[in-house]
Amino acid sequence: MAGGSSSSSSSFSTAPAPSLVDSLFQRSLDDLIKALRSQPAGAEPSLLSRAVAEIRREIRSPDPDTKAVALQKLTYLSSLHGLDASWAAFHALELLPSPSPLHKRLAYVAASLSFHPSTTDVLPLSTHQLRKDLSPSSPPPFSSLALHLLSLSASPDLALHLAPDLLPLLSPRSSPSSPLRPKAAAAALRTLSVCPDVAPLLFKPLVDCLSSPDLRVVSAAVGAFAELASSGDPTPYLPLAPEFYRVLAESGSNWILIKLLKIFTRLAPLEPRLAARLVDPLCDLLRRSSAQSLVFECVRTVFSGLPDHDRAVRLAVDKVREFLASADDPNLRYLGLRALSMLGPRHSWAVEESREAVIRSLADPDPNIRREALHLIMVMVFDSNVVEISVLLVNYAMKSDPIFANELLDAVLTTCRRNVYELIVDFDWYVSLLGEMARNPHCTRGEEIERQIVDIGLRVRDARPELVRVARGLLIDPALLGNPFLCRILSAAAWVSGEYVEFSRNPLELVEALLQPRTSLLPPLVRAVYIQAVFKVLAFCFSTYIDQLEISQLSSSIVESNTAAAASCIADGIAGMESTDGIATGDKPASLFSSIENKDPFTCESLTKLLILIETAVGPLSENDEVEVHGRARNLLGLIHMLREILTWKTEEQGFIKDNRIGEIVNLLQSMFSEELGPVSVNAQNRVPVPEGLVLEENLADLAWTLTEDDTAPSMSISFSLRSHQHGKTKDAAASSVRSASLLAEHRKRHGLYYLPTEKDETESNDYPRANDPLLPASQGDVPEDLVKLTKQSLIPRKVKHTKPRPVVIKLDEGDGVSTFPSTTVKESKDDLLSGAIHDALLGEGKPSSSQKRYSDKSSRGRVKDIADTGESVSQSKENLESGNREHRSSGSKSKHRGHGKERHRSPQKNEEKEEKNHRNSARSSHHHERHKHRPRGEALLNVAPRAPVIQHFLL
Amino acid sequence: MAIRFILLVNKQGQTRLAQYYEYLTLEERRALEGEIVRKCLARTEQQCSFVEHRNYKIVYRRYASLFFLVGVDNDEVCPSVLLNELAILEFIHLVVETMDRHFRNVCELDIMFHLETAHFMLEEMVMNGCIVETSKTNILTPIQLMDKAS
Repeated sequence: MAGGSSSSSSSFSTAPAPSLVDSLFQRSLDDLIKALRSQPAGAEPSLLSRAVAEIRREIRSPDPDTKAVALQKLTYLSSLHGLDASWAAFHALELLPSPSPLHKRLAYVAASLSFHPSTTDVLPLSTHQLRKDLSPSSPPPFSSLALHLLSLSASPDLALHLAPDLLPLLSPRSSPSSPLRPKAAAAALRTLSVCPDVAPLLFKPLVDCLSSPDLRVVSAAVGAFAELASSGDPTPYLPLAPEFYRVLAESGSNWILIKLLKIFTRLAPLEPRLAARLVDPLCDLLRRSSAQSLVFECVRTVFSGLPDHDRAVRLAVDKVREFLASADDPNLRYLGLRALSMLGPRHSWAVEESREAVIRSLADPDPNIRREALHLIMVMVFDSNVVEISVLLVNYAMKSDPIFANELLDAVLTTCRRNVYELIVDFDWYVSLLGEMARNPHCTRGEEIERQIVDIGLRVRDARPELVRVARGLLIDPALLGNPFLCRILSAAAWVSGEYVEFSRNPLELVEALLQPRTSLLPPLVRAVYIQAVFKVLAFCFSTYIDQLEISQLSSSIVESNTAAAASCIADGIAGMESTDGIATGDKPASLFSSIENKDPFTCESLTKLLILIETAVGPLSENDEVEVHGRARNLLGLIHMLREILTWKTEEQGFIKDNRIGEIVNLLQSMFSEELGPVSVNAQNRVPVPEGLVLEENLADLAWTLTEDDTAPSMSISFSLRSHQHGKTKDAAASSVRSASLLAEHRKRHGLYYLPTEKDETESNDYPRANDPLLPASQGDVPEDLVKLTKQSLIPRKVKHTKPRPVVIKLDEGDGVSTFPSTTVKESKDDLLSGAIHDALLGEGKPSSSQKRYSDKSSRGRVKDIADTGESVSQSKENLESGNREHRSSGSKSKHRGHGKERHRSPQKNEEKEEKNHRNSARSSHHHERHKHRPRGEALLNVAPRAPVIQHFLL
Repeated sequence: MAIRFILLVNKQGQTRLAQYYEYLTLEERRALEGEIVRKCLARTEQQCSFVEHRNYKIVYRRYASLFFLVGVDNDEVCPSVLLNELAILEFIHLVVETMDRHFRNVCELDIMFHLETAHFMLEEMVMNGCIVETSKTNILTPIQLMDKAS
């Protein structure tokens, strides 16, 4: 046997006495551990696979000892070395009924470490054994093992079947101070959460546990309620508040108090009277307790449960300041920051009081503390201090380590972008801040900065001149081109300079920047954007030049007094090229016109130079491998060729006007770029009406005939790029491109139906920024001193008078600016189901659950109404009982129930809810009916369990 | 808000005990352990004992060569339902003291060779992720009984 040969001399050290010959050579777990420890590096996988092979053989042995040791080894290996043990589930089950405590223990440990309803299909087989071990007649250690397994791997079915068996363990009568009772309470919690249907059965005993003299039982029950209240809707537990309050007053155990405070944190916002009653005990605990954990829990409860009670908040804030000041305990500093960020902007005075400590924390040695501090600061950003804080953080990012720097930039970027830049008043400032961020050597947030530059360009008209200025600064710097993180920003800068070239001081210089040799370092897509920008600039230069000529001609021919009028007339014409909407026509033409006047006017020579420059720089690119670059370079060169052909404008300026061709070309180009690009709504696609007769669901196979003939579209594109790569001869490439273009055109013509109408070719519009993401927490820092220089009161919102009015920011529909939190709908609906079930259990079965809304509006009026409603619904539910039985008998009651729960979740309307209630009642009654058939025992116990009449009267 | 897992890890990053209170596949466990351990082991004494990782908050403490890590849910939306971090630190200390009392100066090897006993201790203390027992005597009595019986 392989195992025998490799085992050491200590084979028998701890292994139980073997009864069969082959178990003589079995390795014990200790042997295995020793072998694993002494193995040479790298030998572990082979050793493990050998061990598993051994176990597989041994575990089938009829001898329980051999089997148990094999299972023990497998448990060890799966738990610590991550080996799969699911195949041995049945063997673990085999050992569960073993009379030997040792084997039983091993089997239970193996089962609780590896069983789970989703993977263990033999789990139902354990039901009987679990019931046996849970019964009061079995030894307590066995029951304890069974409870533990149940609490770890209960499936809904198992929970349903075993819930009645928990009752004797939960009841105080059978076991006055049994150690099992707290465990049973914890197991009952698990049972409740996987199977809300058992709520009527288990809820009452769980409530009874609260009044047990045994503190352990109280602790477990409070823990269970804390879990229930914090994982779902806490409303159903409101009637238990007096009970909790009594425990709060009587219990001296910090463990219990902490859990109780969790419950009150959830309940206090629902019931103002409860909150008022809590203030005194909480303040007392805050003052007296020496346990930091309890103090911290009190702080948390006050901050999130009683934010309206100033006395408590004041005291809690003082405690937090103590936390923040504790130099030797980073844990307290961290938790102090966390607690402050729970307070929110309403109590920003509290943050302001600890401002210095908070800002110092930005330089804490612990990155987690720095992150919390940054998070807290960002929560406190308002439009009055956004400039100050952002500048501070961006400057600080320059000096700090790369990770921290980027977290700082992230924080600033996300905060400023929130809700379509709602915090930003001075966009010129923000745009130049974006430029500064781009120049941070650690910056890796190019994508986000790119998105914002383009987005601001599209949305904020008044920011465009500054945007172009910042973009020029970025484009002109050859050093930035080598940084791979910045290319996205440069792409945005190039796009902005091309699109809003009319604001550029010196278009010729811009072209030089866009075509500088180091642009070869850029990725192809960015280069394509660069070339497109050159195209736009070129078009702009020519149209300006022509306008200049026209003006000069006019001014020479027309009478002096008319010049101004004519000029503005022409200026309007120029503006027309830029924007078609009416907003800008008021002031823009004038400024544009004057800017043209002030600039170095384009001359014939400068334009010729420009053409030569572009031709030399872009020429080589027409043989580029990348289609995007290739295509755009060709466009540009084509335009230049065309302009070159018209020689007249070069030589005789006077005769130029007569040659209308150049005017036509320029007009054509103008109209190409005339339409202003705007932001696109996220929902834009949805608004496109589906044309009549278009069946979107239609099977695409029906279109196969379109491919059968001579459709070779895919290969065409490949050959196209290959050819241009191999030959590189301009003519050849041109010819092939012409050919493919004509093929494509033909194809489109034939199957035009399946193409979207051709749109303006702008890759940038694809890069349109997404709607706001939820705020990310970001982090840390190093040089504290200059950080504290924030001016006084900087974290408090205050009224500031802005010297400039905030420019118009184009916002689109609801889909544009709303930040969404990750929804937990699925979980909620299940929790809802549970709390609904518990609610029913609390109020007794005959009565339907009162709606959550009514509970949370918590006025006594609401309560009276509640009673009226209840009476009404009782009769309704009686009516529905029979029909419900008929309806639901055949269908699985559980799935029915769940479905209703979900529906209820979705429809908060009162009327519907009432209907739902009846449905739920009927589902419930049919459910009872079923249970009556299958499980008479459960039904009997159900009747034994008394209603809970006390807890309905809730008057604190 | 309950405890999601308890891990014992040595200085080399090897897991010495792993108890999960929610279901994760073996691959998920391995990945999680690897990432968390790397994060926690890299931290210094001057840094706080709380680490956020994915949807967990890990509270950890180092005792000699062993790291004790406890994972709880990290709820960003409603931080008040988080398990009390300081209470978890106290719980970790309780675990260590209990083990120390049982094994007399507990060390890594004790836990390796008595993994089940260590699991039983945790079982006595934690049920379904809730702390149910905090008295060392109460925790150890059934274990000593079991040891005697077998």
